[in-house]
Amino acid sequence: MDLSFVILVEMLYAIATLVLISAGLAVVFGMMKVINLAHGEFMMMGGYATITAVGLGVNVFVAMLIIAPIVVGLIGLVVERLVIRHLYGRLVDTMLATWGLSLVFIGLATMIFGNTTTGISTPISGFAVGRYQINGYNFFIIVVAIVLVIAMLAVLKGTRLGLIARGTMQRSEMAAALGYSPDRIYMATFFCGSALSGLAGAILAPLVGLVPTSGGAYIAKAFITVIAGGPSLIAGLVSSATSFGVVSQVFTFAISPVIGDVALLIAAVVLLRAMPQGITSRFFRGKL
Amino acid sequence: MRRPAARDVAGILVASALLIAVMPMLIGTYTLTVLVIYGMLGLSLGLIWGFGGILCFGQAAFFGLGAYVYAISAVNIGESTLPMILAVLVTAGFAALLGAMMFYGRLGDVYLGVITLVVTLILFKFINTTAGPQYVIGKARLGGFNGIPGFQTLNVPGDPEAYIWGDQLFYVCAVALVIVVLLVTWLLRSSFGRIAVGIRENETRMALMGYDVAARKTVLFAVGAAIAGLAGALFANWAEIVTPNLFSLGQSAEIIIWCIVGGLGTRLGPIVGAAGLAYLKFMLGQQSMIDNTLIMGLVLVLFVLFLPRGLVPAVASLWRASVGRGTRRRPSRHRRLRHG
Repeated sequence: MDLSFVILVEMLYAIATLVLISAGLAVVFGMMKVINLAHGEFMMMGGYATITAVGLGVNVFVAMLIIAPIVVGLIGLVVERLVIRHLYGRLVDTMLATWGLSLVFIGLATMIFGNTTTGISTPISGFAVGRYQINGYNFFIIVVAIVLVIAMLAVLKGTRLGLIARGTMQRSEMAAALGYSPDRIYMATFFCGSALSGLAGAILAPLVGLVPTSGGAYIAKAFITVIAGGPSLIAGLVSSATSFGVVSQVFTFAISPVIGDVALLIAAVVLLRAMPQGITSRFFRGKL
Repeated sequence: MRRPAARDVAGILVASALLIAVMPMLIGTYTLTVLVIYGMLGLSLGLIWGFGGILCFGQAAFFGLGAYVYAISAVNIGESTLPMILAVLVTAGFAALLGAMMFYGRLGDVYLGVITLVVTLILFKFINTTAGPQYVIGKARLGGFNGIPGFQTLNVPGDPEAYIWGDQLFYVCAVALVIVVLLVTWLLRSSFGRIAVGIRENETRMALMGYDVAARKTVLFAVGAAIAGLAGALFANWAEIVTPNLFSLGQSAEIIIWCIVGGLGTRLGPIVGAAGLAYLKFMLGQQSMIDNTLIMGLVLVLFVLFLPRGLVPAVASLWRASVGRGTRRRPSRHRRLRHG
């Protein structure tokens, strides 16, 4: 009984982590068809922003939930204006340019923070379930992921801004003809996407030791989750995060964490081979 | 490819003979050897990406695989000739399987990128966990993060005591590169190569003309991987150790940067890009003021933004515009992949 509860929590936690690390990439890819390979580095910078802010005496939750997203969002804004703006519609070129950017950010972080591991302690203490100990922070991550998905749905479905964004996503010429500048909308979208990446990096920062190269650990998983999700933004994100989270946790519990990771990657290859356009090209069609 | 074949081959032979004679006077052969190996690795991606339009994010997987196959079989066999052949064949076979899975599945550009990236990651993660004594292939322990040291390095075929190292290894690698370039030249001049370029330009048209696109892409992918595998095996001989870092994402990124900087759609570009950037990195490694990765990243971003065709095509067209009188004006044969 206790064990099954622990496994359930761990599964939810794995899914929530995947949703968190992929959300920023999914927004940018879903809206602009731009693959941001510097996504992992945006998360890394979110982590560093949090740690720096906490070091300056800011409350940990303020640093994670407010400062990190804003800082990384602004960095994303600069990146969009300087580089990505010139490459819209050239998928492969944006991938290459953002890959270059990721190397630049790694280099900058190494020069500023040094090639050492830094970290902060988790702000929520663990508790016991029967004979097992659960990390209380895991619940926080699950809650944040749920709130995030609901907030994204609410913004996209409920607000006028969301309507404009969805319109641009479907047919940017039409949105432009109706008087909305796609350029501005793309800029705003990229800001939001970067801010989400920063948020994810900040929230995960207490769980991992942060080094300038830690972005590399996220980018592959985020990339796979988003691509496997397919054309629908939120349904794709949640469905592919769920499938990969379950697969990786089952193998983690059955064999070992590394095999869990490998199983996730193999599942991705099989899934893409079976459904080359992603999960939502076959299921949940036309959903958001 | 309209120049007569004899002139093309003669040009390659004369230029490479000159370079092999002159370069050791400028740079030490130890460094030069690895530059030549990287040149071959660059060419392997340059062939499948530049002429076949297949953007492989995991060329490092084949490089690492070649190195590991060589190391494992060299430990077991104790002689280097068969391991060299195995390194090329196993890598090509692996790529053929992977390629068949992807190309017969008609996966698009981005999905192809994801899968090759993921395969590289799987290999990287898997090899990293093989530290325990239970991971043994024959007599070779995989060694996890520490890699495999102390295998039989290159020797004169049939005589395991006559090692080829130092200057000799450089000449072997250089000659291997020249042979690979000649083979690639021959391949591109053959109908197979011309059809590959046709597939790069318009896949649907080639399919409608009756060519089996998936089969041809698979073969080209395997040929590229075989070259990368050979480069990997030579690298194992140069470094005398193989580690999981050969499979790392950074390595894959570097190969792509070499091709972009050197110029796609040329044979020379990726080789020049690889050797040039690797040498630049080597020089930069000797100072510590500016981080190495930062410069590599900047180079990639700037080239994508301002010189997307790469160095060699740009210099060539500049040359033709300024001094090349009498040369026929050819429409640029190569267009960058721009799928939206």
